[in-house]
Amino acid sequence: MLTEILHTLPQVLLDGLTLGAVYAIVALGYTMVYGILELINFAHGEIFMTGAFIGTAIFLTMTGLGVMSAMPALLALILVLVVTSVLTGVLGMGIERVAYRPLRKAPKLITLITAIGVSFLLQDLVRFIAELKKGNYIITGPSLFTNQVTVEASSLFSTFNNAQLKSSSIILIVTAIIMMFALDFFINRTKWGMAMRAVAQDRETAALMSVNVNKVISLTFFVGSALGGATGVLFAVQYGTIDPYIGFILGLKAFTAAVLGGIGNIRGAMFGGVLLGLLEMFAAANLSILSGGVLGGEYKDVFAFAILILVLIFKPEGIFGKAVTEKV
Amino acid sequence: MNLLEVRNISLAFGGVKALNDVSFTIRKGEIFSLIGPNGAGKTSMLNCISGLYRPTEGSISFEGADITGMKPFKRAGLGIARAFQNIELFSHLTVLDNLMLGRHTKMKTGVLAGGFYWGRAQKEEIEHRKAVERVIDFLEIEDIRNIPVGRLAYGLKKRVEVGRALAMEPKLLLLDEPMAGMNAEEKEDMARFILDIHEEMGSTVVLIEHDMGVVMDLSDSVAVLDFGKLIGKGTPQEVQENPDVIKAYLGEEQFI
Repeated sequence: MLTEILHTLPQVLLDGLTLGAVYAIVALGYTMVYGILELINFAHGEIFMTGAFIGTAIFLTMTGLGVMSAMPALLALILVLVVTSVLTGVLGMGIERVAYRPLRKAPKLITLITAIGVSFLLQDLVRFIAELKKGNYIITGPSLFTNQVTVEASSLFSTFNNAQLKSSSIILIVTAIIMMFALDFFINRTKWGMAMRAVAQDRETAALMSVNVNKVISLTFFVGSALGGATGVLFAVQYGTIDPYIGFILGLKAFTAAVLGGIGNIRGAMFGGVLLGLLEMFAAANLSILSGGVLGGEYKDVFAFAILILVLIFKPEGIFGKAVTEKV
Repeated sequence: MNLLEVRNISLAFGGVKALNDVSFTIRKGEIFSLIGPNGAGKTSMLNCISGLYRPTEGSISFEGADITGMKPFKRAGLGIARAFQNIELFSHLTVLDNLMLGRHTKMKTGVLAGGFYWGRAQKEEIEHRKAVERVIDFLEIEDIRNIPVGRLAYGLKKRVEVGRALAMEPKLLLLDEPMAGMNAEEKEDMARFILDIHEEMGSTVVLIEHDMGVVMDLSDSVAVLDFGKLIGKGTPQEVQENPDVIKAYLGEEQFI
């Protein structure tokens, strides 16, 4: 049994890292908004999905116009990432302005229900537009970065099988790492990042330090949504086919990753995302072996949410979260 | 010249009047103390000046401009800084970061330039770091600059709180019981800092303080609140001799 698991381990690790990178970046959006507003923005998964659709639409348009053949694919990807990030960032800001800001003083449950409503609205809006333009809401983008790289894992340890890695996976992982480091730098080293941290801790006092709280909250939504949208593009390039419902389960899993790392904690979200991706891929590959054929790889979602339940029971503040003590 | 004018300010929470038709002026460059028993409305008055509360009646003008309806962050941008009675520092941030937040209004870098942290943004940060270091030297907190505020002793937290307000280079500095909970030595240090702030930095100071000795020693003028009403104002000497003030603090003698 152990030998079978070890055979596939290199492939599991690489696939898990790829998926984990997606979870990590989407989890950042959840954790940033929660840190600043104590709101679980359940529409964030749909921002990711919208990013995937916008990116794919731009790629298909560029292919139709013959632009894709005239420029390097990597340059085209960078261009699409930038445009999509800006558009989804603005979309996130718009959602905050229209749906959340008027409810800022309302009970948390009302805002949560609104977030779920926005999520369904985006799903159906994207589906409507996709069907209008394409006659089908399941879209397949152009094939990019499909060449495989073989990772010679067997030379490290004879029990390992060699692993295959698409160049799109390398791009996804590298881009995700760049985005994570950039965000970490922005939050911890810049004027506006510091303002975000201040607003997250105490809105009133931050305002008395001349911090424009509304601007900081809008900026948080912009940054979180821009990262989510960019990840959507990378996801579409990696997995090829997208539909308006990809954001729902993925969003829930990214939220699980945020809780796992400690909601409100930026580095925790990154770690939680990667860890969840690895665990999920491990489950997909090995659940059948571990359960003697009773459970198959299709139970990987159950595995992911079982982790959420266990974390909430035994360490509700998450791995990197601090237990909150309240003075009474 | 008047820096701040408070005209007929009333503030009600439901049926309870926290402030009732309060008026006073603060001249540029003075130390102005606001005194009164607990629950007199002193902190509510500061909250109205800093914008945390919107008065139900009356107006407040700063440097001749009406700021009654202005948002707190805009008032801070005009040069009104505040230190709280219950310490309101950002406990997860270091002393240095807390003080740098005080410079937020002075830093003009936009989100994009600040995010990429190049050119002007970098130069600006260095410039403002120097200003913060001056405040650190002034308050003698060099050795704790990189410690998260949550780990500091109470007296030092109070000092950092004042320092953060100072980092804003305020025209008007609102200090809400800066010496509360301090021992005699710490009080002496804080009193010296307040005088130095006033003399060296040229800030106008509004002080809420219960220690009458401190108030009388530091203040140029004093206003007294009781149950939300202004019952006396003038020089420390005049206020000390005001029968209404004596009555509010000591109570009337009861002859049966």
